Amino acid sequence: MTQARHPGVQFATLLLFWILLNGSLAPDVLIVGVIAAAAITLLLPGAIPFFGQFRGNRPEAWVAAIGYFTYFFKELVKSNLRIAAVVLAPSLPVSPGIVKVRTKLKTPMGRLLLANSITLTPGTLTVDLDGDWLYIHWVRVESVDIDKATAEIVAGFERYLEVMYG
Amino acid sequence: MAGLLDIVGGLLMVGGTAFLVFGGLGLVRMPDLFNRIHAGTKATTLGTLLTLAGAACLRPDWGWKLLLIAVFILSTNPLSAQVLARAAHRIGAAMSVKTRVDRLEEDQGA
Repeated sequence: MTQARHPGVQFATLLLFWILLNGSLAPDVLIVGVIAAAAITLLLPGAIPFFGQFRGNRPEAWVAAIGYFTYFFKELVKSNLRIAAVVLAPSLPVSPGIVKVRTKLKTPMGRLLLANSITLTPGTLTVDLDGDWLYIHWVRVESVDIDKATAEIVAGFERYLEVMYG
Repeated sequence: MAGLLDIVGGLLMVGGTAFLVFGGLGLVRMPDLFNRIHAGTKATTLGTLLTLAGAACLRPDWGWKLLLIAVFILSTNPLSAQVLARAAHRIGAAMSVKTRVDRLEEDQGA
């Protein structure tokens, strides 16, 4: 239902992808793009939940989106340095395990982004999702307690995604 | 003519390659499948992103397409890693002896 409210957003996204893929703003390219984007928008409404479920009508969602991407790239770099340190250390300091954490996010898109973000951040990998529960493989388990693990792994991203998608 | 952009681009690509090397090393050194996925996913994501950024500095006219590639990598890499990890866990892939806890196994056994 949320998706149906944003056919214009879906159309614009598709057209933007088309233009980026072509790398050209020539009239013939644009005309084909407009026709194709319009056809897809009419035939497959709500095909891009990434934008459809985004609360773009609220300004704080945009602020949260910027915060999310900043935090995400910071964590991605940190994650890589940590993995590099583990891999290069002669003793290979790992103490892996699968822990269980809980998310407050309700929308599928919010959960998908959360799971993806967790996979790309320091030492954590989403293995499975089950309703509100996420099972996370952790290279260095710091806590097996659900609340502590949730605070450590999920809270950072959830803060932003909650505002963006709910 | 080696401008500033060329130097920055070259450095970014070297940095990206370094992370890809760490990723490859991780694939060999890590004790079990799940830990290998960590090394394979994270290192290749940042490594590829840096390489793409470097390429964008060397060839600015490719910038938009490289950005598009980066978006696809950022959205597909973690997804495939997660699906692989789930499939591996379902068929009961061996876990390292160092493994301390497996809540998923506990919950499914219950």
